[in-house]
Amino acid sequence: MDEIFGIPLPLLFGQLLLGLINGAFYAMLSLGLAVIFGLLNIVNMAHGAQFMMGAFAAWMLLAWFGIGYWWALIIAPIIVAITGIILEKLFISRLYKLDHLYGLLLTFGLALIIEGIFRNEFGSSGLPYRIPPELSGAWDLGFMFMPVYRGWVVVAALVLCLATWLLIEKTRLGAYLRAATERAELVQAFGVNVPRMITLTYGFGVGLAAIGGVLAAPIYSVNPQMGSNLIIVVFAVVVIGGMGSIMGAIVTGFALGIVEGLTKVFWPEASATVIFVIMAIVLLARPAGLFGRA
Amino acid sequence: MSAETTAIGAVAAPAAEEGFWGFSRAQLVGLAALVAALLIGPFLLYPVFLMKLLCFALFAMAFNLLIGYVGLLSFGHAAYFGMGGYIAGHAAKAWGLTPELSIIAGGLVAGLLGVAAGWLAIRRQGIYFAMITLALAQMVYFFCVQAPFTGGEDGIQAIPRGKLFGVIPLDPDMNMYWVVAAVFLLGFLLIHRIIHSPYGQVLKSIKENEPRAISLGYRTDDYKLLAFILSATLAGVAGATKSLVFGIATLTDVHWSMSGEVVLMTLVGGLGTVFGPLIGAGVIVGMQNYLAEMGAWVTVIQGVIFVLCVLAFRRGLVGELASLLKVKL
Repeated sequence: MDEIFGIPLPLLFGQLLLGLINGAFYAMLSLGLAVIFGLLNIVNMAHGAQFMMGAFAAWMLLAWFGIGYWWALIIAPIIVAITGIILEKLFISRLYKLDHLYGLLLTFGLALIIEGIFRNEFGSSGLPYRIPPELSGAWDLGFMFMPVYRGWVVVAALVLCLATWLLIEKTRLGAYLRAATERAELVQAFGVNVPRMITLTYGFGVGLAAIGGVLAAPIYSVNPQMGSNLIIVVFAVVVIGGMGSIMGAIVTGFALGIVEGLTKVFWPEASATVIFVIMAIVLLARPAGLFGRA
Repeated sequence: MSAETTAIGAVAAPAAEEGFWGFSRAQLVGLAALVAALLIGPFLLYPVFLMKLLCFALFAMAFNLLIGYVGLLSFGHAAYFGMGGYIAGHAAKAWGLTPELSIIAGGLVAGLLGVAAGWLAIRRQGIYFAMITLALAQMVYFFCVQAPFTGGEDGIQAIPRGKLFGVIPLDPDMNMYWVVAAVFLLGFLLIHRIIHSPYGQVLKSIKENEPRAISLGYRTDDYKLLAFILSATLAGVAGATKSLVFGIATLTDVHWSMSGEVVLMTLVGGLGTVFGPLIGAGVIVGMQNYLAEMGAWVTVIQGVIFVLCVLAFRRGLVGELASLLKVKL
C-alpha cells in the first residue's frame, strides 16, 4: 500500500507533519493570546512581532555572543518577556479602563514599531539559523523520513501547551489567575496583587510567543515579517476556538494545522484560505466559537 | 469606543438637526473651506498628489462610517479598497469600459464582498469583529494573489484612464482631478446624508447602547449590515478611482498593512468626526510623500503615531479642535 486516494503515502505523511508543526505554532500563539485576553481583556496584536523577536533573540545570542540553541531556548523568551513587561507597565496598563478596541490599536502600533525597527536593522531577507547538532539528521520510520528537529518541535510544543494548561487549571497560582479573570476586584479584595499579576501574565504570554519564535528559527528563515503573516491565521484560529478555554485553544491550534496540511495534499490552491473558510463556517454554525461561551 | 462620546439623548429625535441639510454652522464653514480648497488646490499643489489624498480621504471616510458612527472596528477594509481597484482596472483595461462605469463596477463588487463579509462578521462584536474582518480580508488577499485576472505579484498595469462618458479624455491630470474631486465630494455629501438621516440616528444609538436599541424594537443586525455594505461600497469606489488615477492596481492595496493605514488616518483625524478622516488622510499621505526615502522608518513613525494617538490623543486632530472651539466638526 503505497498510496491512498491516489496520493503517495510519503507525500501525505510529509504534509501531515508540516501541518502538525504549523499546528504547534498556532496552538502556542493562540494559547498566549487566550491567556492574555483572559486577564487583560486586550487582543495582543503585537503577538506576532514578539514571536519574531524570540527568533531574532535566538539568532543574536548565537551570532553575537556564541550562545547556542539550548540556552537560547531559555534566555530568549526571558528577554522578550521582560520587554513585554516594560511595554505593559509603560503603555498597556493605561488603557484598562477604556474600550478594549484601544488596546488592540495600541498593540498594533507597537507591532508596527517593532517590525519597522527590525526591518531597518536586518533587512527583509531572512537570516539562517542552524539546527543544533543534537537535533539534526532524520529518523527512518519505514514509511517516511522524519527530520529529528521537526519531531522535536511538535513534542516540545505539546509539552509546553500541556504544562501551561496544568499551571492554569491545577495550581494555586492558576486558581488566582482564573478567579481574577472572572472578577478582578474581588480577588484584589482578598489581598492578591492583581496589577502585578496582570503584568506577569502579559510577560508570560509574550514569553510563550517568544519560545515559539526560538523553536521556529531553524525551520523558517529568521525575518521581520515571520510573525505578522502567522498571527492573522492565529486570529482566525482564536475565532474558531473561542478564547474561553485553554484546552480549546490547544486542540483547535493543532487540529487546524493538520487540516491545513491535508488541504495542501488534496487541494493545494485552497491551503492558504482553508482556515478562513472554516472560520466562516464556524461563525455560521456556532458564533461563539467551538469552545467559547456566548 | 464609547468612552467619550455624546449622551444617548440624540437617539429619539432624528430629524431635528439645526442648520442647512443637517450641517451645523461650524460644519458649513468647514464645507465652504473644503470646496474652496478643492477648487484652488490643483493650482497650488501637484494634482496627482491631491488625487491620491482625496482617494485615501474617501477611503478613510468610508471606514469612519463604521467605526465612528456604529462603533464597529473593521480591520480588513483594504479588501474592499483593493478589490474595487482591481475590478475597475480590469473593467477599464480588459473590457474597455468608460471610467465612470469602471468606478461603479469597482464599487458594486466591493459592496457585494461587503455583503458576504458583513453578514459573517456582524455575528460577533468588539475585538472579535475586528479579528474576523482581518481574517476575511486576508482570505481576499490570498484570492488576489492566485486569481488570474489580478496579475498576481505584478498587479494590473497600464490601466487606461479612458474618456469620461466616452467624450472627455482623462489623460490630462487636470481633467482627471475634477473627476476625482467630484467623486470625493459626492461621497462626502452621501456619508453626511447617511449620518444625519433617521437611519443614521439608529446607527448612533447602536453605537451608544446596542441592547437598548434592540429593546426599542430595532433589528440592529440589519442596520449594522447595511452600514457595512455602504462602507465597503464607498471604500471600493475610492480604490477604483485610485487605480484609474495611477493606472495600476496591485497587492499593496489589499494587504493588511493598508487596513492598518486607514485605521491610522481616521484615528489621527478624529473618530466620528465629519472632517477628521480627510485631515488624517492628508497628514498620513503627506508624511509618506515627504518621508518616502526613509524606507522602513515610515512604518516605525506610523507605529509611534498610533501609540501617541491611543494614549494621549484619542479625539484626534479635528476632535481636539472641535472641543477647543466648542463646536461640532
